[in-house]
Amino acid sequence: MEYVNPLTGFRVDGRRPNEMRQLKAEVGVVARADGSALFEMGNTRVIAAVYGPREVQNKGQQVNSKEALVRCEYRMADFSTGDRRRKPKGDRRSTEISLVIRQTMEASILTHLMPHSQIDIFVQVLQADGGTRSACINAATLALADAGIPMRDIVTSCSSGYLCSTPLLDLNYIEDSAGGPDVTVGILAKMDKVTLLQMDAKLPMDTFETVMELAIEGCKAIANYIREVLLENTKRLECQRG
Amino acid sequence: MLQSKTFVKKTKAGRVQKVVREHYLRDDIPCGAASCSTCGAVEHPLSADAAAILVVDTNVVLHQIDLLENPAIDDVVLLSVVLDEVKNKNLAVFNRIKALCSNKARRFFVFTNEHHRDTYVKEMVGESPNDRNDRAIRVATRWYQSHLGENVKVLLITNDRDNKRKATEEGINAETVESYVRSLAQPGLLDLVVVSTSGDVTMEDVEDLRPSKKKVIYNEHKPMSEITAGLRCGIYHQGKLRVNRYNPFEAYVGSESIGDEIVIRGRSNMNRAFDGDIVAVELLPQDQWHESKSFIADDDEDEEDDVHLAPNNADDAPRKANPTQSTVTSSADSVSSRPVGLVVGVIKRNWNSYCGSLEPMPMPAGSGGVAHALFVSKDRRIPKIRIQTRQLGNLLDKRIIVAVDSWDVLSRYPSGHYVVLIENDINTRPFSTQVLACLPPLPWTLSPEDLANPNRQDLRHVRVFSVDPPGCRDIDDALHCTPLPNGNFEVGVHGSNKYAKCNFDLQWLWHIRSISIYTDIADVTNFVHPGTPLDEEAAQRGTSVYLVGQRIDMLPKPLTEDVCSLRADVERLAFSVIWEMTPHADIISTRYTKSVIKSCAAMSYVEAQARMDDSRLVDPLTVDLRNLNSLAKIMRHRRCERGALTLASAEVKFEIDSETHDPLDIGIYQIREANQMIEEFMLAANISVAEKILKHFPLCSLLRRHPSPTKEMLEPLLRTASSVGLNLDVSSSKALAESLDNAKAVYFCSGDLTFSEYYHYGLAASLYTHFTSPIRRYADVIVHRLLAAALDIAKLPPLFQDGPQLTGVADNLNYRHRNAQMASRASVELHTHIYFKTRPTDTEARIVKIKANGFIVFVPKFGIEGPIYLTPKGDKGGDWVVDEVHQRITKPGTSISYAVLQTVMIHMEVVEPQPHRPKLQLTLI
Ligand SMILES: [Zn+2]
Repeated sequence: MEYVNPLTGFRVDGRRPNEMRQLKAEVGVVARADGSALFEMGNTRVIAAVYGPREVQNKGQQVNSKEALVRCEYRMADFSTGDRRRKPKGDRRSTEISLVIRQTMEASILTHLMPHSQIDIFVQVLQADGGTRSACINAATLALADAGIPMRDIVTSCSSGYLCSTPLLDLNYIEDSAGGPDVTVGILAKMDKVTLLQMDAKLPMDTFETVMELAIEGCKAIANYIREVLLENTKRLECQRG
Repeated sequence: MLQSKTFVKKTKAGRVQKVVREHYLRDDIPCGAASCSTCGAVEHPLSADAAAILVVDTNVVLHQIDLLENPAIDDVVLLSVVLDEVKNKNLAVFNRIKALCSNKARRFFVFTNEHHRDTYVKEMVGESPNDRNDRAIRVATRWYQSHLGENVKVLLITNDRDNKRKATEEGINAETVESYVRSLAQPGLLDLVVVSTSGDVTMEDVEDLRPSKKKVIYNEHKPMSEITAGLRCGIYHQGKLRVNRYNPFEAYVGSESIGDEIVIRGRSNMNRAFDGDIVAVELLPQDQWHESKSFIADDDEDEEDDVHLAPNNADDAPRKANPTQSTVTSSADSVSSRPVGLVVGVIKRNWNSYCGSLEPMPMPAGSGGVAHALFVSKDRRIPKIRIQTRQLGNLLDKRIIVAVDSWDVLSRYPSGHYVVLIENDINTRPFSTQVLACLPPLPWTLSPEDLANPNRQDLRHVRVFSVDPPGCRDIDDALHCTPLPNGNFEVGVHGSNKYAKCNFDLQWLWHIRSISIYTDIADVTNFVHPGTPLDEEAAQRGTSVYLVGQRIDMLPKPLTEDVCSLRADVERLAFSVIWEMTPHADIISTRYTKSVIKSCAAMSYVEAQARMDDSRLVDPLTVDLRNLNSLAKIMRHRRCERGALTLASAEVKFEIDSETHDPLDIGIYQIREANQMIEEFMLAANISVAEKILKHFPLCSLLRRHPSPTKEMLEPLLRTASSVGLNLDVSSSKALAESLDNAKAVYFCSGDLTFSEYYHYGLAASLYTHFTSPIRRYADVIVHRLLAAALDIAKLPPLFQDGPQLTGVADNLNYRHRNAQMASRASVELHTHIYFKTRPTDTEARIVKIKANGFIVFVPKFGIEGPIYLTPKGDKGGDWVVDEVHQRITKPGTSISYAVLQTVMIHMEVVEPQPHRPKLQLTLI
């Protein structure tokens, strides 16, 4: 299959290789949570809710009482994919993604400012169309910011791949299931530090570098967007307060 | 720009599952016209002073591709909606139009109308996809006209009456192909125009000429929606239609839904379906299944009913899979139990170009007039094809190629048009200037840089030689065989470093007990770089095609016959595989290197054999040969022990008259020890390379596999064997020659299969690939690149990082390979006919299979297989009784009987029951 039209250079959905899908974000969508956000990358739609910092519920889980305990639970809604199959909770993929999100967010949260406390991040995929991992991280960042949890920097994530000899930004489901390499990158935007890097295929070094560069560019663009969203949200809150 | 500017989401609702896909609409897609100042510039714009910018519809591309390829047609806009439709309907045409669009010498511009904000159209309620696409084409045409303004004429070219009318109503300039071509006033072009079919504008003219054909002959095909519905609820059955080669009025459709073959009898029930079409079939009521008793005898696979070449060796058995139906069953049973049906629709057409000749007819009055001629294909399964031509005189009595365009219910025969020469989809066109521009400057000589390259070993001092068929000019392999002080041998296989075959170069000192053997393969990849037009052309051609007295090259001649050919006494670049072998042919070590070699002798098999046989010769070269031969014998013996097939390869050889190109002599290619010796080292080199590349690139190596035959395929052979008291072990491939033409050896990408599936049954090798013939096979070029990357000499081209694309490459190679073999066979069969036409012959033959009304014989002298009828045609063999178990046919009351493997004397003669369809007939003496 031609994922990039060799004559026009367009992808199946009409994007160019270095273009991202349309982004959409909304903050404060779950009233009962301390912070929450909805994040969309094209048809991939993810909701995140943050509770905390609050008292540690199960002391046994706390390794270091001088730092906050970050917990993360990732779930995919049964209706999020086309086949509407009921998936068991806690399967290997979910456990792995929960761990990835937790570690990525932990790298940014100033946990030492919140000793003896715990922060719970719940992420749920409402609609899956490729790049769910990245969307979850972006949603979690927004929700944490909404909850007012102190962070070093904004963490954003984006994926890129390599199909038809072309590096492609932000793969959708069709491109993702083509079997090519899929690189997911997470960065601390301002500090320009990579905090997450995953790939499930082999790529020659120089190709890998261009593909990763592309994903980083994507992360930066998302960071700009998230900043705008937060700024607007702050302005709105300011207005409300009078 | 990282984010799309404008977008709308489109939902495509599937049958079971709702699939939601994003569809971005944009405002930054250029129109491609040089005269436009609004859009961004494009690389190869449509000319600013074009008389008209043409927008073509899907059917124009599908049917008039020969016309579009003519340089007189230019400044064409291809809409993405058109390209998508063409791709779905006919991949061969799609590839040709794609080549046109990327050809820098032509002005064909692709406009992505489906993603442009102003030209995207949503399907309306009740609108068929076809109507929606036609509307999209009109909307895009109108957009071009308004976008470019009144100074530029935008013309919609369509043969669809309805579409043209609507276009005119909407104020779009629209014309038919024919009227547009007429307006160009180039009479030669008109011959390329394909006659239109029903529903098309020019139908009236055609009907005038054939008033008698106006009545409806066939049933209308059911609309696609009805067919899918019918398939779902089990009224219709889907399958591939195969026409009986012996009786073109009978066909079979293998249906999975019934698990049996459906018989289709007669042209009207076949309802315009071609051999190979995917059709939908409706079963006739069961009481009609018995119907015609006259068709029974040939319920067997068709090919056996014509005289044809006996299958070649296992690795390139080219024939299509046989049905797994049981063969000689008692005829009465098989008729009543087999369902009979009729075709209600064609789901996918298998229209090709066909080779044949025109039925003799009087010249039309007046010169330059249009003649309506009937084309008779060489392949009897294909119906006659009606064509229009203005050059009847040129075409009569010639072998021509015709493409099918359409077949409407009003005409008995399909209509087509005359094309130049593309049978079996083989590209015989000369190489383009872009391709030729990639050649190195000629005459090519070894450069100091090549010698200074640390990755290239200088082997010019080594005694390298090549052994090939006589007259071989594209030598791509050479050998050497050198004794080592420790008693071992160094053996090398060397291949041209360009697109060349491989030269084996073996050196040896006979008084020392060990040898090193080199195999040198032409270093083609040194000259053919990935991604260049030359590379793309070679990838597309896939393989050189060998016809009798003719070769259609994969690479331009300067490469195949000079630069990459490892000729004697010239320095050439090669890719070498070098083994250290013990005198018992055990491989101690293997190494691979790019090299420079200088072959000391390019011998033919006969010469090499003569040298080895002449005990007086003790020169180093002869000694090398003998050593190689003794090693090869050990290797061969071992391979056979493991169960490799040793096939009497029935390769037919012709001696061709240089004046008339008619065959003067025919015979089986004699296999000498020298041939087997070379073959053995080539196999060894291929296996060694396969191991190396797989080790480095487990996911993206190009390998070759040969699946083990299934039990059903072996069934006839087992029956034959047991009838003469042989018991065969079928778990290995030993002695299964005849059954093997069913399972084909194929290329595949190592990532697509598991290790156990890599097995090559015919060669009894767990791994195999093609490395030794890079001049004439593209697979070998790919393998050369993989090997170079595995050795860290070169970087792996991007193609290999792309699993799906690599799989696509392997599929194309299989397709090209198959076509090339079919073409070679057709060519040999044609020359066999020409030869026997003037020379009726009596010869010995052996019975290989018993049929209800005769038997199939193999003629060892000419490598031919064909039927012998014991009863006259139409008579169903009532006089003869077949004994299935003992594979014997007897005439009751007499002592006359024939059994399988019995030798008989036969008479071979060419008869011509129908004009221009000569047939080689075998009769018993
Ligand atoms: Zn424009």
